[in-house]
Order: sequence, then C-alpha cells, then structure tokens
Amino acid sequence: MKADPRGVLTGTHFMDGDHACCEGALAAGARFAAGYPITPSTEVVERFASRIPTVGGTFIQMEDELAASITLQGAVWGGAKAFTVTSGPGFSLMMEHIGYAAMTETPCVFVDVQRGGPSTGLPTLPAQADMMQARWGSHGDYEIIALCPNSPQECFDLTIKAFNLAEEFRVPVMFMMDEVVGHMTEKVVIPPADQIEVVPRKHTHKSVSEYLPYGTNGDMVPEIAHAGEGYKFHVTGLTHDERGYPNMTPQVQDKLVRRLQNKIRSAADRIALFEEEQTEGADVVVVSYGITSRVAQRAIGLARERGLRIGKLRLITAWPFPEKKIAELAACVKAFVVPELNLGQMVREVERAAAGKARTFAVSHAGGGVHKPEEILKVIVEASR
Amino acid sequence: MPKHSYSGGLVAKGRVSIVVERCKACGFCVEFCPTKVLALSSAFNSKGYHPPHVVHPEKCSGCDLCGMYCPDFAIYGSRVTPVAGGKE
Amino acid sequence: MSDLVNPVEQFLRSDRMPHIWCPGCGIGTTVNCFAQALIESKVDLESLAVVSGIGCTGRVAGYVKLDSFHTTHGRAIPFATGLKLANPKLNVVVYSGDGDLSAIGGNHLIHAARRNIDLKVICVNNLIYAMTGGQTAPTTPDHAITSTNPYGVFEPSFNLPHLVEAAGAVYVARWTTFHVRQLARSISEAFKKKGFSFIEVISPCPTLYQRRNKLGDGLDTMKYYKEKSKTRHGAPTSEVGLTMTGEIIVGKFVDRDRPDYQTMMRGQMTESLGDKFAEQAEMVCS
Repeated sequence: MKADPRGVLTGTHFMDGDHACCEGALAAGARFAAGYPITPSTEVVERFASRIPTVGGTFIQMEDELAASITLQGAVWGGAKAFTVTSGPGFSLMMEHIGYAAMTETPCVFVDVQRGGPSTGLPTLPAQADMMQARWGSHGDYEIIALCPNSPQECFDLTIKAFNLAEEFRVPVMFMMDEVVGHMTEKVVIPPADQIEVVPRKHTHKSVSEYLPYGTNGDMVPEIAHAGEGYKFHVTGLTHDERGYPNMTPQVQDKLVRRLQNKIRSAADRIALFEEEQTEGADVVVVSYGITSRVAQRAIGLARERGLRIGKLRLITAWPFPEKKIAELAACVKAFVVPELNLGQMVREVERAAAGKARTFAVSHAGGGVHKPEEILKVIVEASR
Repeated sequence: MPKHSYSGGLVAKGRVSIVVERCKACGFCVEFCPTKVLALSSAFNSKGYHPPHVVHPEKCSGCDLCGMYCPDFAIYGSRVTPVAGGKE
Repeated sequence: MSDLVNPVEQFLRSDRMPHIWCPGCGIGTTVNCFAQALIESKVDLESLAVVSGIGCTGRVAGYVKLDSFHTTHGRAIPFATGLKLANPKLNVVVYSGDGDLSAIGGNHLIHAARRNIDLKVICVNNLIYAMTGGQTAPTTPDHAITSTNPYGVFEPSFNLPHLVEAAGAVYVARWTTFHVRQLARSISEAFKKKGFSFIEVISPCPTLYQRRNKLGDGLDTMKYYKEKSKTRHGAPTSEVGLTMTGEIIVGKFVDRDRPDYQTMMRGQMTESLGDKFAEQAEMVCS
C-alpha cells in the first residue's frame, strides 16, 4: 500500500533526527501520539503536535510516561497507528505497557532517544545503554523488534520501517535513537508518497461469528479488529486462548507465549537488517550501531590506511539480533571489535553468537559523548595482531 | 368516571426462572423480593450452595427485582400474562 | 418455560459463567444495573466499549459481551482516553474498582477529570483491595482491619465524589449495590452526559472486608446499606465521606455542564488554524 500523501512532506530538508523521526511517523500513517516531555526526545512530539492538526489526527500530552504508553495502545484499538517518544527515565516507566503491547499483540512504536544514564544521568548527552532494557525490560518471556538509526535520514526511513514491522508482526517496535542522532541536523530527502511503501493493519475480513481474535492460520500473527466494528471481542493482559478469553492453564500459556516468540524468531533473518562492508577476507570486523557507527567509520578508515584488513558490520536491527551473520563471519575472521556508548551490552550478543570461533573486543564508553576514533583504532590494531 | 382503583383488578402474573448452577446462595433475591415469593431451598447445586426456590408463585408480579439484585445472574423474573384491569 | 430470557443475559459472555466473584459480592449486581441502563438508554452496543483495570471489578470487561479491554492495573482510564480520542464515535465506559482507580490509577483519574475526557466511569468501591487478599485501599475507612493494617487503618481515606468533583468531573453520583433502580438510572443519565462522569457504587466484599471486620456477610451489608443510606441529591461532596459503620450519603451530587476535551480541542484548533484544521479523518489505517 502507498503512503497517505497528507502525512508526507515530500522534498529535500535540512532536519535533525528528532524532527525526521516525526516525519517518518507521519509518512507511515501515524495519526495518534501520546507523549510526555523528556530531553532529548521532546522535539519529536513537539513537531507532531504542530503538524498533526493540519494532517488530521491527535496528539495528547499525558500526565506521565506510564499513561502515554497505554493511551497510545487505546488509540491503536480505536483504529489508529500510534506511537510515543521518550528517553531513559520515561522508557523505564513504559516497561509494563511494552509487555502489555507484546501480550495483546498491539502494533505500536516506542521511540527511545537514549541519553546518559543510569537515572537522571546526562539528559542532554548521548548514550546507548538502554539496549538490553529495550529487549528485556518488561517482565516475562516476550519478543520485540528494535531498530537503530545512525542519521536523520535513517530516522525518517527507519521510522516508517518500524511502523511497518509493528503492523506486520503485531508487536511493539523499539526505535533506539541516541541524543546525537536526534539532535544532529543533516539532509533528509522525503520521497513522494507513491514511492513510500506502508504496511496496512492486518484487519480481519471474517464475519463476527467466524472471527477468533487470537486465532492464527499458520503465520502466527492473528488478524485484528477494532472497537466499534461489531466484533465484540475481548482483549486482556491475562494469558488468553484463541477467543481472547482468560485461561490460566500451563498448556494455554505454553501455546501463547511460544507463538508470541516464534512469530518474531521464525522471521528473524528477514527482520534482522544490517549494513556490511568489506567483510570478505577481513581479519577483524567492527560491529557498531547508531552514532558510534559513524565514529567507527573513521577508525576503520585509519586502520585500512595502515594496511589492516578491516570489515564493517553496522547493526540496523538490534533485536532480533543478527546472530546468524555474526556466526557466519566468526568462522572466517580473527576478531570482532564492538564499540558502543555503554559498558558492554550488544558486545555480549556478538560474543554469544561468535560462540568462541572468533575473539570479541569491547570498546566501552560510559556515555556523555562519543568515542575518539583513536580509541577504537587502538583496539582494532590490538585485535588484528 | 369512578376513580381508578386496584382493589378488584388482576395483578400481573410473573414467573421466576433460576439458573441453579450459577447460584452462590447469597440470599439477596430472597431478602429483596417485595412479595416474599422465594426462600433458599435445602437442595444443593454442584458447588454445594442452596439455590432459592419459589414458595409463593401466586405472589410473583414478574418485577425482576430478584434478577436486578442477583450478583450471579442466576435468577430473573418475567411478566407472563399482560396486566389486566388497569385503567378503565 | 425455556422461552423466558434474563434481560441481562444478552450482555453476558454466558460461556464464561459462573463467574469468579464471591458469594454476596456486589459487583455482579452493578453489572445488572449497567445492563438495565444499556436497555433503558438504548445505547448502540456496536459502538460501546468497556475498559477495566486490574482487580475484582477489573474482571467485568471479561464477562460482558461487548468490545472490552482488560488493561493493566490503574491504567484503564488512560487506555480509555486513547480509545475515545482515536474514535470519538465510541461510547467508552471505564468499569473498575476503588483501588485500581484511586490508588495506582489516581493520577490518571484526576487528570482525565480535569481534561473532561468523555468517559463514563463506574467505580465499584468495596473499600479494600479484594483480589489480592484484602489489603488497605485509599478508601478503607478508619480503624478497619486489613491484611496490611492488621492493627487497624489509621490513614485518612479518600472521599471519592469530593476528589473527582474537585478535579473537574461533570457528573458525580454515589449509590450502593442496594440501590439497583437508582444506579441503573444514574448510569443512564451518565450516558446522556458528554464529559467525565463518575459513579461510585459502594459494594460488599464479604470475604475480606466484612469478614475481617466482623460486619457480617453480603446480605448483612446490603441490609446495612438499606438502613444507613440517606439520599441527598446535590449534597456538598465535602460532606459525603464514609466511615466503617456510619451513615452513607447517596444520590447525584454533581450534574454540571462543561465542554468535553474533544470539543475544547476542536474549538481551539479551529480558532487558531481556521480551515487548515483537518478534522480527524476516519481512523482507517488499512
């Protein structure tokens, strides 16, 4: 399906990541946002607040992030594509409702413009230390999808991707920006609406009597209905059967929770996006994401100038983690070097996926700034020995 | 025109229906039936509760107050014959 | 005789009966009144949605045969806010308990009332956290014994009608589960209001509240409601606080008019943007 032109600001812009993210949401068809102010993310909803009344839709600033993260889900069940935007402290408050969205299979997007943490931390400065929280933050076994843009252009493009994945898999999608990408201004090209592919909601066409709100026909993702369409369906955070009725048995729990997991894992290869460069015949592959990938680019260039055979793997999808790709590369490289703005999070996934076939070097940074390329270069050189 | 009075008129006939298995013997219906049609029976449902039973069927007007009070949706009153002898 | 039908049955998920509420609990009674109100006010069931939080009353959403949402603890109101804003044609009822709405959900309760979001809130107040085993709630009267105040509650409790009136609700009423006709009528009145309506229904919790405080069972409590309640329509809400065994003031306390959230939003946007304001298109994302 093509994007609705009303939400698409076709043209070439000079825009920061926060604003580009908002435009991506509008282009994707988002017509509802519930938010709460938190640096460094508020610009996204501020722009949405100014744009949506002329596009047609609603923005509401709620009393806290907890409310925002469930108000947007009410809007989804009212028929809208909806999202919220926050940063560390708010993201922590949203965890229960990320779990609710996963359990009730409510398609929606949570944008986290990461800042220095823990706690209040460094509100105006970058970090990438919410990556594990994005994956494991709520309670219980569940799967989510997480994307990591590294430029304002990607903030536009990948936000559309986030909404499309949310609709396709009926899952909450985490959009893991960081303060630098959010506040960095670059060229952003927004194509005409008819060149933007948008995934529609997987709405049921069954009759009221046939429709099973959580029944699936093989592809593990149930068809959805909205309130006010006469289906009289029930949605609950309790473990539920295919009718959506609460059912407290281990059998129904096993069937439901494994489906919620497998619907993502079975499609992981298709979802796990990454950018690969000169990994063929490389001794060392630098694995990075978000703003750090741009700093790493400089370090890779310096290393290649010294004749070192360095490959680049940039994660676009953090979750599901592209473990197959890492395992594949691990068989032919000496080591992975993983710079990130935290004290070691995605590096653990790289290490796990490499399964000892290649060494893994972290280049940790406690947040509040970005690496110096030389810091990364030093570790690349060491890893190449 | 004589002023209307109920003295000679027929009171609407009503009937009580009881869903025995839903009853938890709270006694609301027995207590709040305006004409004391009901009493808890000595019988048991499968959960071991004493459901109500009708002791004065002729007194039931089908007002469904028993149904309104019943927290278990286990009883309700229905008007069975039309109200006769109302206003002349 | 089988052609006789319980007027409430059409609203129930009969395949989920009998329900889990205890003998003498009043929640089921409030559902009868809700059903009666739906019949009387001829609400279009297709556009009606019920949103519940967590707790005994939270299970109402699962038992009514309507578009219904059993959300997280305390968050029925914000969920309902989103539902209503995304599809203003929906008639959204929040049906939850005193703990869910006024403790963990208290922040959302007062903000939704302040904004005057068009929601009908039915708050079944059994004066305790029942589902989790009888802990103190913000509404538990003084000196009551609970599992978390085994030596007697000493915190002052909320006067919910006073709280929501102060926050901005346009319709505030309180009944007990004894006042079945009045409660049904009150819910019907709320359906006619546009804005934040709040109906508190005092209900027995025989298993935990009455039992631990030696106040008898559900039926004894209903008799207490009958004997000790006093209808005072328009009573100042500051005077309707509750005590463990004292008088219960019931009635319609507040019935005022104030533009609801979406009316205010539309007015402000039209004033600022004129015809550039795009009335929210029909929410169709397919």
